[in-house]
Amino acid sequence: MNIIEPLVKIALILLINLTTVAYLVYTERRVSAFIQNRVGPNRVGPMGLLQPVADIVKLFFKEDIVPTAANKFVHSLAPLISLIVALSTFAVIPFGNTIHLFGRDIKLMIADVNVGLLYLLALSSLGVYGITLSGWSSNNKYSLLGGLRSSAQMISYELSMGLSIIGVLMIAGSLQLDKIVVHQGNYLGGFLPAWNIFLQPLGFITFVVAYFAETNRLPFDLPEAEPELVGGYHTEYSGMKFGLFFLAEYANMITASAVITTLYLGGWQFPFIENFGFSPLAVSLLQVAAFGVKVALVLLFFIIVRWTIPRFRYDQLMNLGWKVMLPLAVLNIIITGFFILV
Amino acid sequence: MNFEQIVFYLLAAVSAASAVLMILQRNPVNSALFLILNFFCLGGLYLTLHAQFIAMVQVLVYAGAIMVLFLFVIMLLSLGDERRLKESLGWKAYTAIALTAGLLSELFYIFVPSTQTFTSQSANAAQMGTVEYIGTVLFTKFLFPFEVTSLLLLAAIVGAVILAKKKIQ
Repeated sequence: MNIIEPLVKIALILLINLTTVAYLVYTERRVSAFIQNRVGPNRVGPMGLLQPVADIVKLFFKEDIVPTAANKFVHSLAPLISLIVALSTFAVIPFGNTIHLFGRDIKLMIADVNVGLLYLLALSSLGVYGITLSGWSSNNKYSLLGGLRSSAQMISYELSMGLSIIGVLMIAGSLQLDKIVVHQGNYLGGFLPAWNIFLQPLGFITFVVAYFAETNRLPFDLPEAEPELVGGYHTEYSGMKFGLFFLAEYANMITASAVITTLYLGGWQFPFIENFGFSPLAVSLLQVAAFGVKVALVLLFFIIVRWTIPRFRYDQLMNLGWKVMLPLAVLNIIITGFFILV
Repeated sequence: MNFEQIVFYLLAAVSAASAVLMILQRNPVNSALFLILNFFCLGGLYLTLHAQFIAMVQVLVYAGAIMVLFLFVIMLLSLGDERRLKESLGWKAYTAIALTAGLLSELFYIFVPSTQTFTSQSANAAQMGTVEYIGTVLFTKFLFPFEVTSLLLLAAIVGAVILAKKKIQ
């Protein structure tokens, strides 16, 4: 078995992911500044492009404070869980078709497992432990409230997330993410790419909303709601441990965008590319680029939503999850089943 | 020993150790954490046995959903001083010891004298663990038990709703 190829892929994905995280923070700050009619970070380097470097260096040099009454082991473990889960989801995401390089075919995903979709769901359900445990181990009432909120929120939204994915599964007939993407390469009526967003508009909406709740992004960032909970689950974190939570949040955003792209926006599919007559290598590279562009656009959507939609109240969040999202997701399954049978 | 066996024994050791530690902990949150570790290792064990679907569902349902709920309840109750949880077991302890001894002797009776080796896997083990296979079997051969289970769950849900409503009135 060739062990070098997966290792190279893992290293590449980690590198790209972490670099993207750094610049995602920068982009978020610039876009939020633009939305609020400010300038944003523009002092470090040209257009403030070196700001992420300065931020990271600052975080490394900050003192790491652990509260005296905290559970020290769990307190250190929690940020690690958050980050590991956020990064390892990428293992099953296909970021390109099979590419022919150096005289052999390389599949552009780390692990093409039979249960890809379930792996995704399983890992996203584990991500909550990082937040819940950090809230509990800090021995701080605000942190604990943040952790409790996050676990209740995850349980409510995981259900509708899983149910909305079933629509995709029914259409593709496979749990393998690669096959789901390949299935989206057809055309509807000869002109519209058969992306799942067009086949499953309702499922797409419920999935995206549930995934927003999973990533703890505004309008669902109740676990860290600053006005009520000081800083929520990471109130008692400082230095690079806080940095890890920060990293995990943005890595989660990237993963979420990649998952949304893969499941609903056609993954690496580049519509009508077969009509242009490019060489196979150019096609493969363009498909990887298409995946990157789609992920970037979803990320931008994440950022814009954060700075335009206010936070939910907690009871509204629960009502939305159980009384609106869940029935809608079930309805989506029924509609999909109806269309498949007819 | 090949790679798969090393992983298997590693996971087996960790899951056994975490199961014991889960019982020995005084702090309920620590107990829950060891239980999560145990579930996670069990998921890994299923993977080494080529049962991919079961492995993922184990992590998704047990380590993910159910234990989050457990942890939520434990934290919400915020038991604080663990010493209050201490209860005198009395005769229960002796009954438990007797039952455990019985169970252990049964296990020894089954596993120790047998000449049968448990390392061999059936030839189509890898194929049997896939989602497609389990789905086919579940909806053809075991359709009736499957549907009855769903009815059972429905009854449980209805019961939970009724219990919750009673409390409000």
